[in-house]
Amino acid sequence: MKIAVVVQRYGLDINGGAELHARYVAEHLARHADVEVLTTCAHDYITWRNELPAGRESLNGVPVHRFPVSRERGIYDFARRSSLVLEQYHSLADELGWLASEGPTSPALIRHIRQNQGHYDYFIFFSFRYYHAYHGIRVVPARALLVPTAEREGAVGLSIFAPMFSSVRALMYNSFEERAMIQAVSGNHDVPHVVVGIGSEVPAHTRPARFRQHYDIHSPFIVYVGRIDENKGCKELFAYFQRYAATVSGDLMLVLMGTSILPIPEHPRIRHLGFVSDEDKFNAIAAAEALVMPSYFESLSMVALEAWALGRPVLANGRCEVLMGQCIRSNGGLYYTNYREFRETLQVIESNRPLAEALGSGGRAYYREHYDWPVIERKYMDMLNRLQQADRSGEAAVGAHPIPGWWARRRVNCRPANDVVKDLPSGAVVGGERRT
Amino acid sequence: MASEFTVRSDSVDVEQIMGRIRARIGEKRGVDYTENEIRELANVTIEKFLDPTRVRSDLLEYYLKSRQAAESGAAPAGSPSGTLVGGLRRIFSPLLKPFAKLSSIRHAVRELRLNFVLIHNLVIELTRLAIEVRNLKMRVESLSSRLDFNERRARALENAVQYRPGSGPAAGGDADRSAGTSQPSRAAGTSPQPSRTVPASQPSPQQPRRDNDAGDGSAKAEAQRRRRRRRRGRGGAVGPGQTLFEGGGPETAEGSAPAATNNATEPAQSTSAIPDRDTTGQ
Repeated sequence: MKIAVVVQRYGLDINGGAELHARYVAEHLARHADVEVLTTCAHDYITWRNELPAGRESLNGVPVHRFPVSRERGIYDFARRSSLVLEQYHSLADELGWLASEGPTSPALIRHIRQNQGHYDYFIFFSFRYYHAYHGIRVVPARALLVPTAEREGAVGLSIFAPMFSSVRALMYNSFEERAMIQAVSGNHDVPHVVVGIGSEVPAHTRPARFRQHYDIHSPFIVYVGRIDENKGCKELFAYFQRYAATVSGDLMLVLMGTSILPIPEHPRIRHLGFVSDEDKFNAIAAAEALVMPSYFESLSMVALEAWALGRPVLANGRCEVLMGQCIRSNGGLYYTNYREFRETLQVIESNRPLAEALGSGGRAYYREHYDWPVIERKYMDMLNRLQQADRSGEAAVGAHPIPGWWARRRVNCRPANDVVKDLPSGAVVGGERRT
Repeated sequence: MASEFTVRSDSVDVEQIMGRIRARIGEKRGVDYTENEIRELANVTIEKFLDPTRVRSDLLEYYLKSRQAAESGAAPAGSPSGTLVGGLRRIFSPLLKPFAKLSSIRHAVRELRLNFVLIHNLVIELTRLAIEVRNLKMRVESLSSRLDFNERRARALENAVQYRPGSGPAAGGDADRSAGTSQPSRAAGTSPQPSRTVPASQPSPQQPRRDNDAGDGSAKAEAQRRRRRRRRGRGGAVGPGQTLFEGGGPETAEGSAPAATNNATEPAQSTSAIPDRDTTGQ
């Protein structure tokens, strides 16, 4: 079986959520099938500038084929178009213009898929919201599997994507909440799908004492790993933690790891370590009282899964339905939706060690059951085999929805995407029911 | 808080825990304000409702007077055209009677408005004060717990300094610093010289008093000496950068070691003076 993994960026030093997800999947599926990665020459996700050489190379034993991006993203143009499609009534043409503006616009990549579609059995597209996924799926709908990596954001509500979600052969969801959201927006309940998620390369042994010694941190601490950004809820985290430190006695620290694009408050109990190696990251998580995940929007938090893999509890933002659902399903973490809940939950984790350990154990069991690599690989291969069997028996009947004509595309009849998303049912999905 | 969540096995129910946490928050909070409401209320200043420069001290008196005047149908006192208007009113009183009722309604409405504003302001002020009181309570709680912690810490440190001469700063550090002075046996560091203050050979640091009592028989003198030293120590003898034992500098200056009298703060001299202090029998 020959599989093409199609993703917007690809590289060993590219740590974006969906990109890392794609790399892990490609490398693990390569043990079971003939895998090739089709991607762009872009390295930066803001501009999509061609920084990597076009052509073929091999990364960790997986062949990678890069195609140039035809135009960089115009920041202002994209912002203007985003404002239009997210907040105002607009037309399908506006949405297609938004997609082209967002990028990474690589007609060469789409051309390659069209011309060589017979060479591949299946294409696994990552990230629904980008140019390569929308146009690539339109070229090969009958061979397309989509890993949407969708968060609860405006783009999900754009009218162009609903037909796309219905036209693929299969969907590989990251969480039950993501599945519920996409099914609500597109009504694609009959498309084969599986909630699969992603594993992680967690080391078998960690050395928390070494981390403490190396960074001279001897107090108990909670750790945040990821981009330090307001969109990730870090500003709220800083405010809450400073308030917590001012009102609750103790010496609990907040340790931050990752690149910062937000000023970090000068506080004796907040420590920023910058971008650290994977080894330090895992040692830090193992040494921490808990991992804190303040993000409002996540399709699946890999770092939360890593914490659970290491047996550490997670303190998550309950306004992110995916994180809340993961905490409830795993019994591996607590969540907060305001400062009072933050204070109480953090105090419980800090002061009640048996409970924290039990949460960590719950998380570890959940990770092993659902997110260990053999489980993930099996889910992918089962789906691919199922599709192959359907192809052989001639059951497959999928076709791309045609784009409406010139006049229909210009009719201003699409609702603001933010309004569409606002109207979707929300809350964590536990046992098929919504919880808020 | 911690005791509320008993973990009986490895498996826990997060929903149940969150339910209990939320119930607890509800109990603590009473009225469930949102974060924004609290922030808004916290930003409200009293000046918004009451401007001290514009407050009239005779406001109530003026209001009552004007009300009485309106009720009696006369023009307000001090009006230049009071008599003329009064005369006209008397002439047209049969016609004006229905309007007099309107006037009293107008006054009632004014009164109502005033009362409403007053009650509104009172409610806001009370809410604000309640929040402030709660914040202050939390602060007091936090400070008292910190105070407790600091007291415990201070007690622990005192114990460590008083009962651990073998590993304290005086023993090791002093031995190094006094090398080549008057205490060769300490400098060698082979067998720490037993201090008369706290015998080095005592088995348990928690029982120094009993050991002293069983020691040389001059327990009273020893206790007096210790008390005197403590008093001096409390008197600010420990300077910045000095250990508690180094803080005995002034004591050594009082003693019989002549070198120490010249420069009591010099480390080598002050530390070498420690055995002298003991030997002089202070």
